Amino acid sequence: MSKNRSISSSTEVACYHCGETCRDTDIQAHDKHFCCEGCKMVYEILNEHGMCTYYDLNQSPGQSQKIIVRSDKFAFLEDVSIQQSLISFKDDHHTHISFYLPQMHCSSCLWLLEQLHKLKDGIVSCKVNFERKEADIVFDHRLMNLRQLAELLTGIGYEPYISYHDLGKKKPVTDRKKIFRLGVAGFCFANIMLMSFPEYLGIDDKEGQLLVFFRYLNLVLSLPVFFYSAGEFYTSAWNALKQKFLNIDAPIVLAIWVTFARSLYEVFTGTGSGYFDSMTGIVFFMLAGRVLQDRTHRQLNFDRDYTSYFPVAVKRIKDELSSTVTLPDIRLNDTLLIHHQELIPADGIITRGRALIDYSFVTGETLPVAKEMGEIVYAGGKQVGGNIEVLVIKEVAQSYLTRLWNKDVFKNEANNENSFVHGLSRWFTWVVFAVAIAAGAYWFWQDESRSWNAITAVLIIACPCALLLSNTFTNGNILRILSRNHFYLRHATVIEKLADIDTIVFDKTGTLTAGTEMEVVYDGKPITPQIRKKIATLAAQSTHPLSKGIAAWAGPALRDPFLAFEEFPGKGIEGMVDGDLIALGSALFITGKTQNDEASVVYLSVEGKLLGRFRFRNHYRQSVPMLLRQLQSRFHIAVVSGDNDGELPYLRKLLGQRSELYFNQQPEDKLEVLKSMQQEGKKVMMIGDGLNDSGALKQADVGVAITDNSNNFTPASDAIIEAGSLPQLYQLIRMCKFNRTIVMAAFVISILYNITGLYFAVQGTLSPMIAAILMPCSSISILLITFGLSNLASRRLQLV
Amino acid sequence: MSVIILLLIASISVAGLFLGAFIWSVKTGQYDDEESPSVRMLFDQHPNKK
Repeated sequence: MSKNRSISSSTEVACYHCGETCRDTDIQAHDKHFCCEGCKMVYEILNEHGMCTYYDLNQSPGQSQKIIVRSDKFAFLEDVSIQQSLISFKDDHHTHISFYLPQMHCSSCLWLLEQLHKLKDGIVSCKVNFERKEADIVFDHRLMNLRQLAELLTGIGYEPYISYHDLGKKKPVTDRKKIFRLGVAGFCFANIMLMSFPEYLGIDDKEGQLLVFFRYLNLVLSLPVFFYSAGEFYTSAWNALKQKFLNIDAPIVLAIWVTFARSLYEVFTGTGSGYFDSMTGIVFFMLAGRVLQDRTHRQLNFDRDYTSYFPVAVKRIKDELSSTVTLPDIRLNDTLLIHHQELIPADGIITRGRALIDYSFVTGETLPVAKEMGEIVYAGGKQVGGNIEVLVIKEVAQSYLTRLWNKDVFKNEANNENSFVHGLSRWFTWVVFAVAIAAGAYWFWQDESRSWNAITAVLIIACPCALLLSNTFTNGNILRILSRNHFYLRHATVIEKLADIDTIVFDKTGTLTAGTEMEVVYDGKPITPQIRKKIATLAAQSTHPLSKGIAAWAGPALRDPFLAFEEFPGKGIEGMVDGDLIALGSALFITGKTQNDEASVVYLSVEGKLLGRFRFRNHYRQSVPMLLRQLQSRFHIAVVSGDNDGELPYLRKLLGQRSELYFNQQPEDKLEVLKSMQQEGKKVMMIGDGLNDSGALKQADVGVAITDNSNNFTPASDAIIEAGSLPQLYQLIRMCKFNRTIVMAAFVISILYNITGLYFAVQGTLSPMIAAILMPCSSISILLITFGLSNLASRRLQLV
Repeated sequence: MSVIILLLIASISVAGLFLGAFIWSVKTGQYDDEESPSVRMLFDQHPNKK
């Protein structure tokens, strides 16, 4: 739960609140330094209420407050209909609401949030679910309202994340049925085992009464397993059969029924004790495997679509009055007011203000584009800079970006039942049937009374449960190994799909490159340290990403500059800094002539004289060149980017001539590229990070979302990989390839047990004792083999 | 011999109690968040109980 902080050197002062290096040492309170006013404010609020334990529990537990949240950002929470769709429960006094607080990361956060009632009277209680990063808050709505609550949380650095997705959403009910079924099966299995011991060890004939009692007790104990615990397999087999598919559960159900029926017969006729112990045992082990395999990553979400990214509501302007409107209620010809850092929810035309739209979200372009009045802006773009007004020309669901989700790929639910295990089990079942019939036929001629015995015994012994066990336990363990390496799969079936991959498609921005970070290269006349500081001062004034890049490159700004500047959107910035006239901007702005440059170049002039230019290059992740070289020889590699082809030469050099490179790809184009690859018979894995990759991620055989931090938002995908694990991608895929080998190895071993069992079964002499020994032995050896082999494989691949 | 029957009934009911306890603990969501309870109990001040 701790957070890595770089150790600050003696000359640098770390912010008491967030631990970032303070550029400015003037922001102080109670002898403590802060990096910005925001951090100081949080400290002061906490100090005032005597809640500085927050800072004692962890060093610098806060998050940087440099980005100021707009004061009326949560005004929409005063809207009654929005309130109703967000709150979970309301009575006369109290309102219950659950907020998602992405900033939550350590025990200090937990402590502070659960002490929330001390900060404000209206709050009754706050309970944190750390794994989900959610806080269930109860407040008295006579003393405060929802907006105040959201603002209070924002004020202490935990801004609730409320998205369009939260509107009218039903809380997912966690399915605990399997756990209960496992619990019941375990209870019955253990007790039946215990009751069966007298039978195994041979009870005295004199105590026949007792024997009968034990048998009936076992029968009673097996009922919950047969009717409740095994229900898991009944439903699964039935659902598959309805779709005309014979999955592995069907023969298992048959085996369970045959075992149960024969056991009932034996007990009622007094001819034997039945196989209740074996039956409940196998159900228990199979359920355990299923539970292990289905253990999900609760903190991760594999199903996000655009609604999770869009805001709940925006400001609509009507007759000079602004009001809050929820996204579904936005109509054609509405005028929307979009603030700085807000997402445009629907396609529209700019009617007021100058827009600088960051489309990285939609198209993958790194740099924001300037748009003037009258130009069209698309939904999903983020406004950077001042406020703009937009006239809606398409409703939210019909917009350019959201239309992607109307495509067919998003409508078909993937069929999860194409594992090789099902095919194998079918083949296996036929063999078993053949053996059973052969044995039955043989005994029919020899000794008719033993014929049924032999048939049922064969069916009991040879159910493909060993296959199911080895499959589920191997899957479970491999999922565990992968997630230890920060590669999280949505479902166990993804393992097999990963093993079959022959083509890997990468997105560029945010996947091969690190975020939207840019490398700045200066070429031109040398810059003196003094001028460099002035450049930093000027560049820091603009919110334009290129300007920010230059500010970071130039280093510390002047302490108390004498500054006057003007920013020309889309062109550049010019200003007097301590007596020097400095200008930064496009070639046209600085030199008066258009230059034939790549897109991202900023020119610098001092006192009207051109000094040089800054070039911006994508910053590739460090591991990327090595990774691509490693993958190249084994997979077909392609890059599909929404950005311009400025990086083509570099990527060509990196990937060689055989690879396919696509640039200027719209989200829908990406999907089509993948589709055509699949039509060529390729098994494609797509790695991307943004909403613009959503279509491709869904279309791909395996869609992998990459993230710098698993708490971040990732679009819907089959798997999530943390950027730090990208270098191990090849090893992780190899691990998945081992899956089948391990399952087969475990299966072969279990067949040996089956053959031993069959030896008795075909003779019609399978005693409950032998069954009771064989069943746990084979189950446990399968367990040991799968765990042992998969751990060995992971060590061989040098995974954690 | 009846004592064995008595013992068996006792043992099964004890086991049944544990099964009940297990089901109850899962149902009340005690496994939903495995992180925070372990930290929460170390704090001196306790959160407001509703």
